[in-house]
Amino acid sequence: MSTTTVQAPVTTSAVPEPTGVQRLTFAKAITLGLRRALADDPNVLLMGEDIGKLGGVFRVTDGLQAEFGPKRVVDTPLAESGIIGTAIGLALRGYRSVCEIQFDGFIFPAFDQITTQLAKMHYRSRGQLTVPVVIRVPYGGGIGAVEHHSESPEALFAHTAGLRVVTPSSPAQAYAMIQEAVRSPDPVLFFEPKGRYWEKGDVDLDAPAANGLDGARVVRPGTDVTVVAYGPTVQTALKAAETAAAEGTSIEVVDLRTLSPLDIETVATSVRKTGRCVVVHEAPVLYGTGAEVAARVTEECFFQLESPVLRVGGFHTPYPVAKIEHDYLPSLDRVLDAVDRSLAF
Amino acid sequence: MSLNDLSLNDVSLSSTDPAATPPAATPPAAGPLSTEGLVQLLTPEGRRVAHPVYDPLVAHLDADALRAMYRDMVLVRRFDTEATALQRQGELALFAQALGQEAAQIGSGRALAAQDHVFPSYREHGVAHTRGVDLTDVLRLFRGIDHGGWDPVAHGFHLYTLVIGSHTLHATGYAMGVQRDGDVGTGDPKRDTAVVAYFGDGATSQGDVSEALVFAAVNEAPVVFFCQNNQWAISESTTLQAKVPLADRAPGFGIPSVRVDGNDVLASYAVTQEALQRARSGGGPTFIEAFTYRMGAHTTSDDPSRYRSSEQEDYWRRRDPIDRLRTYLESRGDLPTSFLDQLEAEADDLGQRVRTVVRGMGRPSPASMFEHVYATPHSVVEAERAWFEGYESSFLDGHEGGHR
Repeated sequence: MSTTTVQAPVTTSAVPEPTGVQRLTFAKAITLGLRRALADDPNVLLMGEDIGKLGGVFRVTDGLQAEFGPKRVVDTPLAESGIIGTAIGLALRGYRSVCEIQFDGFIFPAFDQITTQLAKMHYRSRGQLTVPVVIRVPYGGGIGAVEHHSESPEALFAHTAGLRVVTPSSPAQAYAMIQEAVRSPDPVLFFEPKGRYWEKGDVDLDAPAANGLDGARVVRPGTDVTVVAYGPTVQTALKAAETAAAEGTSIEVVDLRTLSPLDIETVATSVRKTGRCVVVHEAPVLYGTGAEVAARVTEECFFQLESPVLRVGGFHTPYPVAKIEHDYLPSLDRVLDAVDRSLAF
Repeated sequence: MSLNDLSLNDVSLSSTDPAATPPAATPPAAGPLSTEGLVQLLTPEGRRVAHPVYDPLVAHLDADALRAMYRDMVLVRRFDTEATALQRQGELALFAQALGQEAAQIGSGRALAAQDHVFPSYREHGVAHTRGVDLTDVLRLFRGIDHGGWDPVAHGFHLYTLVIGSHTLHATGYAMGVQRDGDVGTGDPKRDTAVVAYFGDGATSQGDVSEALVFAAVNEAPVVFFCQNNQWAISESTTLQAKVPLADRAPGFGIPSVRVDGNDVLASYAVTQEALQRARSGGGPTFIEAFTYRMGAHTTSDDPSRYRSSEQEDYWRRRDPIDRLRTYLESRGDLPTSFLDQLEAEADDLGQRVRTVVRGMGRPSPASMFEHVYATPHSVVEAERAWFEGYESSFLDGHEGGHR
């Protein structure tokens, strides 16, 4: 853009300030969280492909360019490494970029910038530099998409020191957590369960966002088996708990919310009570989050465990074609099967 | 140019396997190693030649200013020599010499204003010097006690970047921030700001560099891409990176470019000054290819005798950038013995200080590895640090690292 011809946009537009408790889709909750972040801090920028006039391929940034202008809601060239690399430079100049990666499978061109540059800048400068970049990644499957549009690469980033990796599981969490991610001085990978974008929930738009990017939550109390989930699988776990309850089994569901840092204490507290643990995620189980949770639960709860920690997740295959993806994803039945195996051990 | 010209002149086309062709001792007439079209104000023999475009940009450089550049180059070379010796003595894990590239670095670095911001690669010791970085701080990285070593904000000189080409995007993004701050095109020389990315011939093959050129072009970002074509990416000749001069790529992105004799400090200063002025005034990015020669090894771990001829090294040694300025200044009577004596003493002092400071650099505490991983507390790092400190203190002698 020209430095002289683009006028500063009027940010106090005619759009009424969203307020009160509203029933919103997951996607709309993120939209309003981003809107609030843009309104609260003039240094916040949104960057990505098709996020301006189109509002993003999932419409998560719908209306934001019209409201905040093309200098703050920036349609970028189609270059993921370029998006993250320039966001790092903008951060060094005092800006806070929220970058949208259009689909999970397209984050890999930016993998180098994220892992070798973004993650280490604060460390290698001995704290002199901070790079508050947020990377929004619609992730996960179940939407009948073509190749590269349904993946769950979160563990690759949780494995990298210097990055925070978070994933909301409800519209209310999404609204709060995206604002916190923007405020964080650390780089944040913000994984959005795209299969849940159109599910609705109550969101208190006036609630302060200050509930931390740290810490798992018990989202359903129970006594027999702990089911650990995050992002898209939290709803699956809750359904499993409901079904199991009808059969007399009490499942406690823990939503991790943050993969880095991993709040193992909340999980361990639950497992010390139930003695059994099943971890559910869409990502392949080999070297995945479930493996990390299982190892740590074993270290923390060895004498309380009644059965081995079980994992339900993707197989060691590339993400399969859409017509059979539901056989790959951790379904309600596969979660219940794991719960049964845990109880039968 | 015709294909016929290429096949006659470009050594890489004379064989189906370019790597199998030994590099020529002298520059070919075409291709990425040609010296065609280089801006030159001082010939290799130290003779000043007129240039209608660039003469005005160096007209204000008086004898004092030229002596200051000469001093910079001599001091940086002494630093280079001392650091190499320290590596051979086991005091540094590694060192990457800037040897032979002093004119490109000092010429461009001295064109910068205080508010400008530089994103270097890892061989820009000369530019570091012009940005007021204590050269001994550069050695903290090579000593293995720091991943950085200086305050990048205070000096307007970012930390070295070892992943080739990555920082060209950071420079472009930073320049996009400069635009948003309104620090371009105001006409205030203390405010208008340019950003410079330094990188090498090998980096031009990296996707990030192409992406940086795209982002810079479409945003008209105030960034200067300063490519030092030192002809060697470790063992790979520039002929393995390109078929045409590197500067020829930029116009395809909509970015003006210039090839300059990188062993000519005056010309390097002039073309950088032009590019910086364009950036600061809102004219957008420029690509500079400074054609030079890596007179030393890639790093102290390298052995250039395996891949290039001593004839080629001799050829370029005779085009030493420091000798060139020295001959020019001497021919004008601008290099009095008193100045040279003082400079020699100053270089000796620098050498002494480099040796003393490096040998006196302490060892970071082992637990310092846990510092600044995150800007805000991270429970996993905190827990691992607590465990590690407990482990360390469990040894009988108690003190850090004492069990080793």
